[in-house]
Amino acid sequence: MSEIKQVGGRAVVVRGHDIDTDRIVPARYLKEITFSRMGEYPFIDERYDADGNTVEHPFNEARFQGAELLVVNRNFGCGSSREHAPQALYRWGIRAIIGESFGPIFAGSSVLLGMPTVMASPEDVGRLMTLVESDPQVELTVDLDARKVRLPDGSDIDIDISEGHRNALTTGSWDSTALLLGNMDEVAQTSEKLPYTKNFEGPAPL
Amino acid sequence: MSERTLYDKVWDAHAVTTLPTGQTQLFIGLHLVHEVTTPQAFDMMRERGLSIAYPQRTFATADHIIPTDTQVRPFADDQAEAMMAALERNVRDFDIEFYGLGSDRQGIVHVIGPQLGLTQPGMTLACGDSHTSTHGAFGTLAFGIGTSQVRDVLATQTLSMDRLNVRRINVNGSLPLGVHAKDVILTIIRTLGVGGGKGFAYEYGGAVLDAMNMDERMTVCNMSIEGGALVGYVNPDGTTFDYLLGRPFAPKGEAFDRAMAYWRSMASDPDARYDDVVDIDGSAIEPTVTWGINPGQAVGVLESLPRPEELQDPKTVEKAYQHMGWEPGAPILGTPIDVAFIGSCTNSRLSDLVAAARVAKGRQVSSDVRALVVPGSVEVKKQAEAAGLDRVFTEAGFQWREAGCSMCLAMNPDKLNGREVCASSSNRNFIGRQGSPGGRTLLMSPAMVAAAALNGKVVDVREYN
Repeated sequence: MSEIKQVGGRAVVVRGHDIDTDRIVPARYLKEITFSRMGEYPFIDERYDADGNTVEHPFNEARFQGAELLVVNRNFGCGSSREHAPQALYRWGIRAIIGESFGPIFAGSSVLLGMPTVMASPEDVGRLMTLVESDPQVELTVDLDARKVRLPDGSDIDIDISEGHRNALTTGSWDSTALLLGNMDEVAQTSEKLPYTKNFEGPAPL
Repeated sequence: MSERTLYDKVWDAHAVTTLPTGQTQLFIGLHLVHEVTTPQAFDMMRERGLSIAYPQRTFATADHIIPTDTQVRPFADDQAEAMMAALERNVRDFDIEFYGLGSDRQGIVHVIGPQLGLTQPGMTLACGDSHTSTHGAFGTLAFGIGTSQVRDVLATQTLSMDRLNVRRINVNGSLPLGVHAKDVILTIIRTLGVGGGKGFAYEYGGAVLDAMNMDERMTVCNMSIEGGALVGYVNPDGTTFDYLLGRPFAPKGEAFDRAMAYWRSMASDPDARYDDVVDIDGSAIEPTVTWGINPGQAVGVLESLPRPEELQDPKTVEKAYQHMGWEPGAPILGTPIDVAFIGSCTNSRLSDLVAAARVAKGRQVSSDVRALVVPGSVEVKKQAEAAGLDRVFTEAGFQWREAGCSMCLAMNPDKLNGREVCASSSNRNFIGRQGSPGGRTLLMSPAMVAAAALNGKVVDVREYN
């Protein structure tokens, strides 16, 4: 598994607070039993009207095609646990998301895909949004080691990410299964200590 | 050791080790599986040649995609049929106990876990569903997880997790007549915001929670995620133990006594230290209705809709007004509805149906309203029918359905059409949530939904007291 220390590229901006995962991928696409087509669906009900005509949306704009970074506002990815939402963004091409804050399950799923969600102040997010919208060709770099987003003019902004997520990404252990499988003896010991795993037969080891 | 919360105790008892990343590897006592968020996880298991670590700690049911009118196989919807078949194959290949269609244990995953006595205090629980926090009503640390995390739980019975802070939310006093658990949680979310729980586990307590039955506590804990909190819980007490006694998977005889001792020991200490404490006056809570596109956009039924300029964040409400088509300053009372939905993991348990039936009894659904009652499980349906609730509802003009998630999330034939407005006892009023991109959802208690169905518009259920 690769170490993810820096993610660089052009960005796309989706403005608005509390954008929930139903808006990122509507439930009808969750009836597919693989994630393979999710890259076609991000924000689909906001990108097309009922007749299939294109509606104005950043993900439809030619100037944002090929973007690898997504800049969002507060509580992005709130609501439903559907991993289809981060999968859709990842498969569309997004490799890191910069926002004011994120829904907790969305952030947890994103890191397991190797897609960091990093937080910046509302002022800095606003600055990034303005910058990217005025010049979509601008290249940004999310630097997880330095906890900064670097701008081409040499300036940077501070970002926050949970230490656990940051370590998982920078040490290449973001796909956690292998890490967890390394401790199955300890897992058995923990299970053994919990009285409910034996349905409280025998004296509880309190 | 004292001064510890239930969160601290359960976390410490389930911590396997600290991973090199600094995260905790946490043992998961119970894993619940449903058809929608797991097929990819089982495929990943196969691709990686992994076997299930603790199959006896995983239980599966089908709830999201199943039709609630006719459940004859194959389903009319090919995708739903394929998804159901995938689950059936997966539970067989991975040796998982499964309560499918035809089982008297089938139902919404967050209804059957408690009902079967699988959900117990002092336990960790995970499910690929954000409303897993429901199980916190029992003093369980219950995590909604993504599909890759489902894979981790299948393969290792553990998750890699960051520890949360704990916010104690006291709901003091007592609820006025006609005010329900749903109004409590909508008020909490309205007060603290839809992102207010970021980084927190919510511990709900105070006289109002103490007085609630388990169904009501589940309604409160269910919507923790709507407040931005990954988990929410209530400390276990006599009400919890009374509920569990005699349930199929609850300990029996002397083992139940030993279990109670353990469960009591896991409750927060009287001098527990919290990272934050919030007090809410329960006696001031009114029947509450959402008017916008997230569950925090709610008002008391007698209030008028907020004016954007009065709010801290006017831009956030502009989108809501744009979608809903209401005018700032208008009353919510009297808002016409087209559909009434009583059901979902938030409000589909027996006491929810009893509360709604009390309003509906001997009255008629407005002729222009399509009204559905969808019990949360086969067991709830049976109990309701034994109590004659099905007749109360059907005689009033409600459709009486089979158990499932139904119109909460539009993954089955129960959906809104066009710009329909739905009075709904579910948990999310997100744009498009109920199956029509233009559809509009007003969240409220089951009793309020019943009253709205009768009147064809939002009314104050306290008129029926």
